[in-house]
Amino acid sequence: MKHKLLDIKNLFIQLPAGADRQYAVQEVNLELARGETLCVVGESGSGKSLTARAVMGLLPAPHVQVTQGEIGFNGEDITKVNYDRLRQIRGSEISMIFQEPMTALNPVMSIGAQIDEVFRYHVNMSGAERAKQAIKLLDDVHLPNPEQIMRAYPHELSGGQRQRAMIAMALALKPKILIADEPTTALDVTTQAQILKLISEMQLASDTGVLFITHDFGVVADIAHRVAVMQQGLVVESGTVEQVLNNPVHPYTQALIGAVPSLNPRKARPRSKTPVLSVQGVSKTFGGGSGLFGFGVAAREVKAVKNVTLDLCRGETLGIVGESGSGKSTLARCIIRLMDTDCGKISIDGVQVNELSRAAMRPWRTKIQMVFQDPFASLNPRIKVGNIIAQGPVTQGIDKAEADARARELISIVGLDERSFNRYPHEFSGGQRQRIGIARSLALKPEILIADEPVSALDVSIQAQILDLLEEIRDRMHLSMIFITHDLRVAAQVCDRLAVMRYGEVVETGATADIFAKPEHSYTRDLLAAVPGKDWKVSS
Amino acid sequence: MNEFWSRYARNRSAVMGLGILVLVIFMAAIASLIFPDDPFRLAGIPLSVPGANGFFLGSDTLGRDVASGIAHGAKTSLLIGLVATFAAVFIGIIFGAFSGYYGGLVDDILMRITEIFQTIPSFVFAILLVAIMKPSIESIVIAITVVSWPGVARLVRGEFLSLKNREFVQACHTIGMSDMRIIVREILPNCLSPIIVVGSLMVATAILIESGLAFLGLGDPNIMSWGFQIGAGRTMLRSAWWVCTFPGIAILVTVLAINLVGEGLNDALNPRLREGN
Repeated sequence: MKHKLLDIKNLFIQLPAGADRQYAVQEVNLELARGETLCVVGESGSGKSLTARAVMGLLPAPHVQVTQGEIGFNGEDITKVNYDRLRQIRGSEISMIFQEPMTALNPVMSIGAQIDEVFRYHVNMSGAERAKQAIKLLDDVHLPNPEQIMRAYPHELSGGQRQRAMIAMALALKPKILIADEPTTALDVTTQAQILKLISEMQLASDTGVLFITHDFGVVADIAHRVAVMQQGLVVESGTVEQVLNNPVHPYTQALIGAVPSLNPRKARPRSKTPVLSVQGVSKTFGGGSGLFGFGVAAREVKAVKNVTLDLCRGETLGIVGESGSGKSTLARCIIRLMDTDCGKISIDGVQVNELSRAAMRPWRTKIQMVFQDPFASLNPRIKVGNIIAQGPVTQGIDKAEADARARELISIVGLDERSFNRYPHEFSGGQRQRIGIARSLALKPEILIADEPVSALDVSIQAQILDLLEEIRDRMHLSMIFITHDLRVAAQVCDRLAVMRYGEVVETGATADIFAKPEHSYTRDLLAAVPGKDWKVSS
Repeated sequence: MNEFWSRYARNRSAVMGLGILVLVIFMAAIASLIFPDDPFRLAGIPLSVPGANGFFLGSDTLGRDVASGIAHGAKTSLLIGLVATFAAVFIGIIFGAFSGYYGGLVDDILMRITEIFQTIPSFVFAILLVAIMKPSIESIVIAITVVSWPGVARLVRGEFLSLKNREFVQACHTIGMSDMRIIVREILPNCLSPIIVVGSLMVATAILIESGLAFLGLGDPNIMSWGFQIGAGRTMLRSAWWVCTFPGIAILVTVLAINLVGEGLNDALNPRLREGN
């Protein structure tokens, strides 16, 4: 009988004592055939990455190890083979690409040398032959100027190029299985679309089985043949992509898919005409002199924001969408005066605020507040939650007892237990921390709220909750909101109007529905075309 | 606190170091009870071997009791180590915090000043300072402080550089918090762990510098210290080994103990190691 390419049977991976559960992975059964793509989907902590690592024999032993079950690879049990055989399998028969190519590549070795290593350790070839092979590989993954890339160091390439180089390296020896652990999560959507296309192209060329780990159902819809959904270490549902995405059986799968924001923009709400915030011709450039007293070599100048003009009307939500490096976060930081603008005018309620001194700015701070991206970096780990929230009012001269009362009220508004007041941030999960961050931004009763990628660090189900919460408080407190995101699905659900940014410029603005229906600018069209799973309609 | 102790106690040698250190502190505290007399007093026959003539650890060329000197010297060493370290950490935090937080010109000026102090070999600099100021316990503390603060300033500056751009600090800016409050209440508590670790190791260095100065005759002439004892006995090293050896062992053991404690604190306070295990 012919053996299956990959056959994971009844796999248990044990976690060290003191972890939140005994097994990272329990009773996992997965199969992968030649030329097939199996997507393992799940939220953070579901055990999907550890499963992939177990296949490579890369578990962080001795703390975490396989205690039961087998991982069959062409009839051979990977959990039982000796170390030399495992080394042989790794790289030449099973290879892996990682989420962050910058950390997966060695920063002090050129790309050419790193690809060369793969050949040197696994096959007997002359140096010139190896170099020729490497150049061919780089050409296969559509990197421009392969000869030049061979000599380049990882930091000289863009994120997408690095991931291409990683793929070239992973596929160097034509492995039978490619394991991809969230390979596009750190990339922009347009780059992601290209990388996904590349992976399926390469797969088709050499009939590779791909085990693809992801949290994004859009990506699943685009590339998977079969899907396995993991929750808390268990595979709760598996089947073909049509079955799982369109007729999910398990309640967890249904909840996950239900939480994926739909690409159909929501109906625009009636828009008031009074602008509460206006940005006119704002620019911001980084760089300039460096070194001793500014006499050193001039640093590279980066024009992060170029001549941006925007209006935010009372009660509306303006989305600023764009890829990384488009200047959307810099713009937000200029508006809230975390950075000074080079030129241009920012006015709140008709009063220009970007030229005010720090002291004169202080009363205006209550008008405009911000919710940050990273729930783990945005709360001071040494201060209790109640005090974090009350800090704003106290700084603005409201007395402590009143500020505390307001903090308690906000804690209940954002849906946290009232005992949270006396706890430290590390006792909370990412979603709860984001709620604390929202409570803090509301403590000053602002009129304008800037949300900088507030949900991009969160799992999809938590993301839906936080978006609902933002919606609720926006209506309750009559906020006008600037919502910064790279995710067009999220933008479609939240924003009344959109501004699309690229290279520091706003290339297009308009009502969300109009932009989705007929994008004017070619870049907007590219962005929309690159959204993963755009042909898959969420039925909800 | 219990959690902290259990992490600290995982490192056995750190616990041993702490034990020795407590013993040394205890010895310094009860020095006047076991040896009520002035350690400079000529207590009996010069150059008695350990155990003879009622001298537990022998006596030196002038008949001073070596054991009494070690007990009283412990007080001096620990006092100088602690005071100089606190002063150095204080100055270092001020320099490091301002230069890291404000950056730009402030950083340039403060760091160039720091570098001036760092470029002079520290022990030579300390000798020079004590020689200029006349040897006394104050001048020794000042000299040790002056040569040790730049390291703390560099460390604190690095911590501030990485913390000042964290989102929680930006959130403080958006509510209009003053710089002073952000520095003292928000950022500083987050860099206490490395400061404590470096500080604990600095105590050991301070004790060594003090001993070195006293050995060269630059100690306070009215205060007994381990370095002074070694300096007084160095001419007799071959005929009366005990005069130098026991104070030397005292320095070795104490400095080792403090280093072990510092290492243990580092393991216990370092969040990366915490996750690893």
